[in-house]
This record gives sequence, C-alpha cells and structure tokens, in this order.
Amino acid sequence: MSDTAEAQSNYLLQTAGFDARFPNTNQTKRCFQNYVDYNRCINAKGEDFAPCKQFLKAYHSLCPNAWIEKFDEQKENGTFPASFEP
Amino acid sequence: MLQQISLFKTVYCDAPQPWQLGFQDSGAPGFTGIVELHNTIFFYLVVICVSVFWLLGSIIYYYNNTKNPIIHKYLNHGTLIELIWTITPALILIAIAFPSFRLLYLLDEVISPTITIKVTGHQWYWSFEYSDYVSESGDPIEFDSYMIPESDLELGQFRLLDVDNRVVIPVDTHIRLIVTGADVIHDYAVPSLGIKIDACPGRLNQASLLTERTGVFYGQCSEICGVYHGFMPTAIEAVSVQDYLTFLDSL
Ligand SMILES: [Cu+2]
Repeated sequence: MSDTAEAQSNYLLQTAGFDARFPNTNQTKRCFQNYVDYNRCINAKGEDFAPCKQFLKAYHSLCPNAWIEKFDEQKENGTFPASFEP
Repeated sequence: MLQQISLFKTVYCDAPQPWQLGFQDSGAPGFTGIVELHNTIFFYLVVICVSVFWLLGSIIYYYNNTKNPIIHKYLNHGTLIELIWTITPALILIAIAFPSFRLLYLLDEVISPTITIKVTGHQWYWSFEYSDYVSESGDPIEFDSYMIPESDLELGQFRLLDVDNRVVIPVDTHIRLIVTGADVIHDYAVPSLGIKIDACPGRLNQASLLTERTGVFYGQCSEICGVYHGFMPTAIEAVSVQDYLTFLDSL
C-alpha cells in the first residue's frame, strides 16, 4: 500500500484536454501545431518560461516519439517546414 | 462442438469463441450502444422481412394466373397504395438514421481524457507509448507488443490473441488513443470495447476509450497489412487505478 501511495505521488494523471481548433478524429495538425508553438514560445521567452511547458506537454502527449525525433532532426538541419520565429 | 450444443455455458469474457454468433460481452458504454442499436434495428428488420415476405407469398398464392384470371384494376395500379409503400420505407429509414447518427457522433466524442496512449501499428506488431508523465529529461514509456507464438502458449492463453506485453489501463477512466501507422495502414480494433480506428502512416487518429469493468479485452488488426496481418493481435488489460500506478512504477 505504501508503494501505491508513493506511486500516486509520482504521477499526475493528466493529459492534453479538448482543443476547439481540432475537434475532429484527425489530430495530426494538433501535434504539429503544439510542437511549433513550443519552439516559438521558448524562442520568445526562453527555455525556462513556465507557460511554454504547456505546449511541451501537449506535443509529448500527442506526437508519437518517432515523430518528435524526426521534428527535432529537421529543426537542427533547418528543414522543418514551419518557422519558429516568435 | 459439445460446447455449442450445451445450454449451460460458462461465461466467455472478452475474447471471441470458436464459431461464435453475436457479439462479445461489452466492456464499454460505446459498445453497449452499438449492440443496442443493432438489436433494436434487427427487431424491426425481422418484422419488416416477415410482413414483406408474407405479403409477397400471399399475393403469389392468391392472385396467380390460374386462381385469378381476371386482372383487378385497382391491384394493377393504385396511386394511394403506391404512395403509402413509398413513403413508409422512407420514414423507416429516417427512424433508423437518427439513432444511428446519434450513436456515431457520441462515439466520436473524446470526453476530457485523463490519459493519452499512443498506438502505432507496425508490420507486424503494435507498439504503445505513454508520454503524459514524462519530464523533458525523463525516458518515455514505450513498449512493443508481439503475439505469443503457438509453441510458447501456456495453458489458458488464447491462440492468435495473447501478446507478450498488454496495454495496461485504469478502469472507469476516459482515455484518448492516438493511433497511427509506421509503415502501411493498419487498423486498431477491440470489439468488446467498441474501438475500431485506422492506423494510417503520417496521420494521427483520435479515439476514445473507457472501460466499465476490469478484465482483459482482445482485439486484432483489422486492415489487411501484409502476410502477418492475422498475427498482430492486441490485448488491453483494465485494472484498478492503484494497480495502474503500480504498473507505471514497474516500467
Ligand atoms: Cu496490421
């Protein structure tokens, strides 16, 4: 039981909620948009700006890890198909 | 075969049985709705079938050439009766369409989920990712789920259905599934939970998952995806929230 209590404190059961911009079954653009928004956010306010974490959590929850890796690669190579300018 | 004849069956939960007719036991409100819609429509379907064939049969019987050599004017053409039998089916179709669409849109709804689980179809296995709890540095929780080959089956396990790593989910919790494919189109389907959604490469499909009881729910890939299409099943294990947290800890 103590294990459970410990486990409970370790995890926050919470995920990205409903987004009125993406009410459909297709959530592809939502993952992408949150990735872009996160990068724009940290470019504008810096890595440690807490509200940016919202986008980070959202795209981590929604994008498959393989996609995130690919996005990061494209970002480094400058081939990501969107601007990160704030 | 004996099991088929026997009246007193044990309960076969959440996995199909050989030569099964009808649905598996429902584990989710969505599937309960589907079964209910099916049963309701089926009732009216039987009523319509019986009355149509009754009418057809009796007309063939009573008004054939030998029994009824004289053609009745009002049987050959009758505007009123033609109007009735054109409009009535239209109304019946509307009566079927409304509850059907209602259910369809209800199933589409992803109600404020607590957890997001990412499902990826590969040739030929499913992989799952839990990323809600991951901090920037933390390792993401991800695992592959392969079918247990027939030679490795233990007593009580299902042939072609059991997998090495089940998806563990908390019961009575709204869960969002994000389904995608890594190579070709697959389809993530778990009948007893009313889930069936395409896993397309380059696209993220969202589906909602809610189990009403604990248990193991089996499903299979439902889009022809190559030679081992029939050998990439999935098993969802619904446990209490406490057990779920213990599971997360054990990963
Ligand atoms: Cu497949």
